[in-house]
Amino acid sequence: MYLILAVLLCSLYGFYIGRNKSLSLIKKEDIKNLNSKPNYHGYYIFFWCLIPSIIIYITFSISGNILIKSIVLNSVPNINEMSQTNLKFVYDQIQLMASGTADAFNTDEQLITAANKYNSLKNIANISFFVIILCFLSAIIIFLKRKIQINFPARLKVEKFFSYVLLFCSVIAIFTTIGIVLSLLFESVRFFKSIPFFDFIFGIHWSPQMAIREGQVGSSGTFGSVPLITGTLLITFIAMVISVPVGLFSAIYLSDYAPKKIRNITKPLLEILAGIPTVVYGFFAALTIGPILRKFGDLIGLDIVSESALAAGLVMGIMIIPFISSLSDDVINAVPQSLKDGSYALGTTKSETMVKVILPAALPGIIGSILLGVSRAIGETMIVVMAAGMSAKLTANPFEAVTTVTVQIVTLLVGDQEFDSPKTLAAFALGLELFFITLFLNLIALRVVQKYREKYD
Amino acid sequence: MTNVITNEHLSPISSKRVNKEGLFKLYGLAAIFFALSMLIFLLITISYKGYSTFQETRIKLDIYFNEELIDPTSTRESKTLNSADYSKLISQSLFTFLNIDKNHPKSKDISSLISYNSFLTVRDHVLNNPDIIGKTKKFDLIASDDVDQMLKGNIDINVPEENRKITDFQIEAIEKLKLNGNILKVFNKTFFIKSDSREPEVSGILGAIVGSFYCLLVALFISVPLGVSAAIYLQEFAKKNKFTDFIEININNLAAVPSIVFGLLGLSVFINFFHFPRSSPIVGGLVLALMSLPTIVIVTRASLLAVPDTIRDGAMALGASKMQAIFNQVLPLATPGICTGVIISLARALGETAPLLMIGMIAFIPDVPTSITDPATALPAQIFMWADQPERAFIERTSAAILILLSFLIVMNAAAIYIRYKFEKKW
Repeated sequence: MYLILAVLLCSLYGFYIGRNKSLSLIKKEDIKNLNSKPNYHGYYIFFWCLIPSIIIYITFSISGNILIKSIVLNSVPNINEMSQTNLKFVYDQIQLMASGTADAFNTDEQLITAANKYNSLKNIANISFFVIILCFLSAIIIFLKRKIQINFPARLKVEKFFSYVLLFCSVIAIFTTIGIVLSLLFESVRFFKSIPFFDFIFGIHWSPQMAIREGQVGSSGTFGSVPLITGTLLITFIAMVISVPVGLFSAIYLSDYAPKKIRNITKPLLEILAGIPTVVYGFFAALTIGPILRKFGDLIGLDIVSESALAAGLVMGIMIIPFISSLSDDVINAVPQSLKDGSYALGTTKSETMVKVILPAALPGIIGSILLGVSRAIGETMIVVMAAGMSAKLTANPFEAVTTVTVQIVTLLVGDQEFDSPKTLAAFALGLELFFITLFLNLIALRVVQKYREKYD
Repeated sequence: MTNVITNEHLSPISSKRVNKEGLFKLYGLAAIFFALSMLIFLLITISYKGYSTFQETRIKLDIYFNEELIDPTSTRESKTLNSADYSKLISQSLFTFLNIDKNHPKSKDISSLISYNSFLTVRDHVLNNPDIIGKTKKFDLIASDDVDQMLKGNIDINVPEENRKITDFQIEAIEKLKLNGNILKVFNKTFFIKSDSREPEVSGILGAIVGSFYCLLVALFISVPLGVSAAIYLQEFAKKNKFTDFIEININNLAAVPSIVFGLLGLSVFINFFHFPRSSPIVGGLVLALMSLPTIVIVTRASLLAVPDTIRDGAMALGASKMQAIFNQVLPLATPGICTGVIISLARALGETAPLLMIGMIAFIPDVPTSITDPATALPAQIFMWADQPERAFIERTSAAILILLSFLIVMNAAAIYIRYKFEKKW
């Protein structure tokens, strides 16, 4: 903490030095010769202090911790007999004792000496850190102060630095994608070590209960993801059956029929549907739509369970309406007026123009918006977690309870988890599956939408 | 007069085609009507279920601070005072008021009329004023959730006794209390100043709101600088090549990646790899930041694009470098648009639940978090947890929490719209 403060203060001091140096230069020489404004000289030193300090700090603390760990663990006797997990546990224990938060019951002599050693090493490391960084800072300030001359291009250097920072920020998006793929892959590979890949992809039984004790009956755990995929697709299908016609017709009405006044009111109202958090939809589906559907089913003699795929799909459809309608509205509006005018000139009615001219022209965009809607429905979590069931059944009956990929990810990961069992790792494998399915849909949809836009622009 | 020309002959449009046209329009209207009526239905059912939470039932009771019960040896040591059985004290006062023998077989039913946690109120009062021992004072104690629900009409008292949560004996006592004017209905302050609890009547959303606030704070401080810088680079500096195309595809795709996948990322990277504390707002905020990053990049680019090139050219003609032109001229002009986008994406992050489930922000946390590394929960996660509870009173509280969440979202979106209309320049 003090270190961060010291670094910041030194950097600010560096800014002050740089600025002052250039101000003093102006007094001696003609201001016209000054390459950059005084502030840029300040920034130049400031960032030269700040960024390397951070890098030094990170590298040193990582390598320092590794060093301390090896020294401390080697000082504990019988260390070679311990397994890797045990070793980690012992080290955690030492760290806790060193910070004084460990329980008082643990009075193992060896651990106490180790903890003391840990503390003293940590102190040495901290002090040496401090000294190293301060030395570095003073050296760099003195060096750079000399470097600043009247024609020193500080602005160019600072701007170059800034453009690298900007580039770095935009590369974060790539890092995120890589992070997602790597983290999912890493855990999935561990999962596929115990469960064969094809059993997971093509297996039709899903019951992830693993034996907790050796020799427990009936809990071997099978991980076939097919019932989850079909459940997801069933709910997605129901959702699209609701949202595609409603969204499309809303878009058609709003873009070509509605008076401006109604359009101005209705569009934001539809957008509200998109802004409602999914957990609210889930609550609505589980406590309002589910029971209503069940009662309705009783009335007409259908057996609808309260956690039916229908309830979840219906509410998900309502959620997706605004995605479809606003995207379709955009593409319908993007169809050039000349096409419409030409069609009207041939004496067609508005609906005939819409169906025969505008919709075919806008079709790629509409398909793109539907695909985006599908991808959202597949990845939607809260509605299905709250309103769909847990039972992995292979069924196409919308009145029965089905489960989805996202529901299973949540059930597997919420609650107690240990990171060695296939049960928790299965969640990552499902996540990977989900990621690739949605990635595939998104890429197609984005490609289609983009291509279409270019065509008419 | 034989050559009567009917309308149909004149018009090139046959009546069939006219009908079709009308039908088509009707479909459109029906679609809009369906969507809007669903919206209204959702809002009404939730308000209807939730509005009663804002009132709570309290039982006004004279409590006699019996010295024998609290401090039989008259030491007045805080340790004795602290450990005295105040629940018994409250029950005894209730028994005296209702004229019930404390050995009555159903006396337990009566003491459970008052919330179990009420003894804390009484205890704190005694700890602060030890002089009260031996005297009598009036207290408004929170009634238990069953009493509250019965008085709100959510428990049907006509069903047989064994099928309802409240016994005939209790109803009798409640009626008596009601007749004497000892049942009060007051504004439910508890809901706003308490955090999660196992007892519905003393559970509140303060902890969840604070948790959500910390999450959004972290998300704001990470995603805005990163997102805006990325957008500036892509919009103003990047040359069109394979690399920038790749970045762009990545950003567009990230905007459509399911939120639960971000939760998995947070779990495996931030918690398992970097060992950040589980259930803490810092992890939640990081995940939400990564999620809202693409949206912020996209809206920032849009508002940078909206600033006309004349501004850039003008600044550069006066001798500014490209960097200076963008940071000193273009960025300030684009700020209202960026603010609007940031607020909207934060509003979306506020309602996000799935990634928070992955990183364990759905633990039972009865305290208000005090820092971004404390275990915490968030408002939508709290809604999710309460929706799972079987008690009727929790359904009511879930709906109320949803109303609070929605009102936060409305305020944020309204702020965004206000900024857009007030400050955004049209070129």
